[in-house]
Amino acid sequence: MTRGGSIGSIGLLVAVVAGLEALSRTGRVSAFVMPPPSEILAAIPALVLHEGLGYATWLTFNTTFAATAAALLLGVPAGTLLARRRVLGQAYEPWLEAAFAAPIILLYPLFLIFFGRSLVTVAVMGFVVAVIPVIIKTREGIIGVRPVLHNLALSLHMTPLQSLTKIVLPAALPTIFVGLRLGLIYAMINIVAVEFLVGIGGLGFVVADMYDRYDIPSMYSAVVFVIVLSSLFFLLIERGERWLRPV
Amino acid sequence: MATAGLTAFAPSQSGGVTVTMIRMLTLAGLLAAYQAISSSGLVFTGAMPSLWAIGSALLRQLADAGFYAHLGITAYEAGAGILIGGSVGLLCGIALGVSRLLAAVLDPWVRALAPAPKIVFLPILMVVFGIDAGPKIAMAAISAFFPVAVATFGGMRGVSPILIRVVRSFDASLLQLVRLVYLPSIVVPVLGSLRLATGVALIGALLAEVKMSNRGLGYLIIQDYNAFRTAEMYALLISVFTLALAVNAALRAFGRRYGAV
Repeated sequence: MTRGGSIGSIGLLVAVVAGLEALSRTGRVSAFVMPPPSEILAAIPALVLHEGLGYATWLTFNTTFAATAAALLLGVPAGTLLARRRVLGQAYEPWLEAAFAAPIILLYPLFLIFFGRSLVTVAVMGFVVAVIPVIIKTREGIIGVRPVLHNLALSLHMTPLQSLTKIVLPAALPTIFVGLRLGLIYAMINIVAVEFLVGIGGLGFVVADMYDRYDIPSMYSAVVFVIVLSSLFFLLIERGERWLRPV
Repeated sequence: MATAGLTAFAPSQSGGVTVTMIRMLTLAGLLAAYQAISSSGLVFTGAMPSLWAIGSALLRQLADAGFYAHLGITAYEAGAGILIGGSVGLLCGIALGVSRLLAAVLDPWVRALAPAPKIVFLPILMVVFGIDAGPKIAMAAISAFFPVAVATFGGMRGVSPILIRVVRSFDASLLQLVRLVYLPSIVVPVLGSLRLATGVALIGALLAEVKMSNRGLGYLIIQDYNAFRTAEMYALLISVFTLALAVNAALRAFGRRYGAV
């Protein structure tokens, strides 16, 4: 079933690409609106060679990882605090949930004023959206630790720090991983968006640049490249999370 | 029962008071810190205008009829996008849930594309739909499609096969199967996803306006940024965030009435 399914999925892709190719080649769709897929794919090597697509990829991923690492460094202690001090958690949890649902990306002009048109702004925008799920999930994970484990720490006369590092955090790890995955995804989406909107940095900038030059085939290639790459990346994180998850 | 309810209620009530106090203190502290930095002269006042300046900009904005015209444009673009993307997502999710073949062929694509940064589709949408409301609606629709499609399909898959066999054994048609079994069981996930879809659709429309537009709230924000009218920009951001959070809270309350979380 799954093998038949994946053959079907790939078959669908081939059919859609062939259909688009036919539409464009026969002139039913103007090449200025959508060039033939073969030309779109053929434009990718030029993007790598002349437009620094490889460097842009490296830059976007580096910014994403840096932003997420900062989010972990700050978010895990913050989530731990909110779990340990119940009242603080109760006070701030709804705010965090609200922030998670808010259009935070729109704050980017504000960060531009403070950090300038630089990679710092891009990274900070990634950090701000990544830290929220990390805090929420860390708190959720620690609160969800079974009471029997707390009792074990007590009966072993563990210090609060020992019980945190040896028992509570490991037990909360699967949920913290969920926060990490969400953080990575949100950071990357927002980083690409800011790059695209401001026209600086990595992958988003390449797409915006190709549009500004009205180089339609290269623009399509850049879009396809970003979508395929990010989808593969997110798939990889999902697999990684399942693999890292201690049962 | 009554005493248990009382004992459970008493601490939560005192907890409620401290929670409110913590929130009040935090808000007051943040505002005071902002005002202190703003008036200390450490930061250029253009970057951090005083609370007074932001407040009066907010009042001016709320009294301005032009603001509501732009708000209407953004609401129209996001609303049309949600309507289109949401209904296509619903139909797609139902189709995937009914047909195993469709699910096997399409589900990997939907799931792979769902978290991708959709903003990069914007230049394509501008090439295809021009620069008026078209690409904004399309951006909102693409954003709204995925959460609804994924949630609908998830709800369809969660239906107990026994129910399906029961209805089948009564010789029900596909339409009856959808109406009697599937639709009632996807109401909760779909309502939940609608909240998410509205949020991302609003972001999609606003960002499309920021990139290229001459109307809408996103356009106003970026205009104020370009002209360095920071107090006005803060005021706009406050309005947009308040609106987004209000819509989110309203949809959450609406969903809760039907059992969604």
